[in-house]
Amino acid sequence: MSPDNYLYLAAILFTIGTIGVMIRRNALVAFMSVELMLNAANLAMVAFALARGGLDGQVATFFVMVVAAAEVVVGLSIIITIYRTRRSTSVDAANLLKL
Amino acid sequence: MNPITAPTFEWLQLAPVLVVLLAACLGIVIEALVPRALRFVSQVALFALAAVVAFGFLVVSWNEPKNSIGLMAMGSISLDGPTYLMWGALIIFGFLSLLIFAERRLGNGNSSFAASAASVPGSPAETEAGVARHEHTEVFPLALFSLSGMMVFVAANDLLTAFVALEVMSLPLYLLSGMARRRRLLSQEAALKYFLLGALSSAFFLFGIALVYGYTGSFDLGRINDAITNPVYGAGLLYTGMAFLAIGLLFKIGAVPFHNWVPDVYVGAPTPVTGFMAICTKLAAVGATVRIFYVALGAERWSWQPLLATVAVVTMALGVVVALTQTDMKRLLAYSSISHAGFILVAVVGATSGSLGQLTSFGSILFYLVAYGFATIAAFAIVTMVRDSTGEVHAISGWAGLGRKNPLLAGIFAVLMLSFAGIPLTGGFIGKWAVFSAAWRGGYSWLVLAAVAASLVAAYVYLRVIVTMFFAPPAEGVTVGRASGLTWVPVGLGALATAWLGLFPGPLLDLVDAASIFIR
Repeated sequence: MSPDNYLYLAAILFTIGTIGVMIRRNALVAFMSVELMLNAANLAMVAFALARGGLDGQVATFFVMVVAAAEVVVGLSIIITIYRTRRSTSVDAANLLKL
Repeated sequence: MNPITAPTFEWLQLAPVLVVLLAACLGIVIEALVPRALRFVSQVALFALAAVVAFGFLVVSWNEPKNSIGLMAMGSISLDGPTYLMWGALIIFGFLSLLIFAERRLGNGNSSFAASAASVPGSPAETEAGVARHEHTEVFPLALFSLSGMMVFVAANDLLTAFVALEVMSLPLYLLSGMARRRRLLSQEAALKYFLLGALSSAFFLFGIALVYGYTGSFDLGRINDAITNPVYGAGLLYTGMAFLAIGLLFKIGAVPFHNWVPDVYVGAPTPVTGFMAICTKLAAVGATVRIFYVALGAERWSWQPLLATVAVVTMALGVVVALTQTDMKRLLAYSSISHAGFILVAVVGATSGSLGQLTSFGSILFYLVAYGFATIAAFAIVTMVRDSTGEVHAISGWAGLGRKNPLLAGIFAVLMLSFAGIPLTGGFIGKWAVFSAAWRGGYSWLVLAAVAASLVAAYVYLRVIVTMFFAPPAEGVTVGRASGLTWVPVGLGALATAWLGLFPGPLLDLVDAASIFIR
């Protein structure tokens, strides 16, 4: 079975994720888009593992999942702290640093 | 059925990383078990001990080259000359930054970190935590975790290890930059920006890994190199993957156009953390970039050299030009750090392997980073010392007349600025000379000319600071805080090393020359 279609799907998901981070104003949604990008990379690695006949790519996805979970812990704590301070998670509201 | 062979792990050779990691874990245990009053002291003792022990293990392995050079941990860690040198530099710089973390006399018994980072700024909970003199001693284990990630990042011999190390290095930094005691809103924003952009860049890095894996069928840097030299598939995947890898790495280095986070995060983060990021993160990111691009993608250098050369020019130009207009000291140092990233990239582009009596590209980069690192740590330590009644003074106008208030400190800062500018007799000059000649020998003479022009403009930026400190009328209400030895040691060592590397660069040049060959 050709893995091409999986790769196209991965590329589409990655693009959607990138656009999401760029244009969505809500920090939570932007963060979810980053997670989508990581999962797109996972899908690509699994598809490539199938195509190249190795297990490396499949094993790598487990590492990525663990890293993504750790990133959620750190990210949500930062976003919640910001939310409690200013009652908003909009990245536009966070503008003290723009000069 | 075949028996499963146990993986091998070189405990002794990898001990420096393991010691730092273990110290970080012990730091968490201290948080849980040791009474609040004793935590600070135990954390400081722990990281000091860890730094000494890790450095000791490093020296032991270094003096035993027979078993200590090669691929370790089943080929995922590459222990070679560059790794040893970068580990040594990371341990020293990490230790010096952690000393500044531990400074409490400047803030009348308070460190630079929030009493309770989880409390809402301006709320009763914050006041209560401040009155009770709570403090976040977790910053020490966090910094140690980050340091261990950096040490693995520079040594990673496969892309998956590099990705995990990148995250281990970054995640604690996101948290640390949100924990400032003063201007907490700014600090929290910095953390949010750093986190979102950092997560985006590591997603790019990961997708780049996936594409390179798809092209070569392996994560291992050596095998990637083999696959590139004997291509089987069309190179489209490889080029896209390479570009994505570069985006992730250039973001961490702070090169234009991925530099947006640098000024904001440097300003918002607590100053000790900024110092830590400015040198340790940069060193780790540059080290990993050089390893990945030279060892894995060296055969494709003709396709990435022009790209990185463009990035280097834009980075230097934007760094120095925007630094001209800055009125805030930390922002100025941030743009200065961007321009230094550009100068380092000049040598990365050069990619010369060196011949007799000539430094390799990596040797010159490492010398530059060490000279820049000592000056940076001392500079940020001095930023923590210049204060008024509300805390640190970051406006450059507030630094006016510092030369009359405290000639010693202003003199040291002037030396550091001269080193940043690359004036002869400072470490920065030898560093610049080394990276420029590496690029020149690599055939990028136009890039060297651009870099020389950029450093001329940069000299104006730094001289302006010196003029303000010595010749402007003194600013009202700004004093030099009475710091303890914890701040003075990094300041003094940084200044001494800057002058020493300028006057007697020989020993370090010999060292980086002897140990700048990457193994595959």
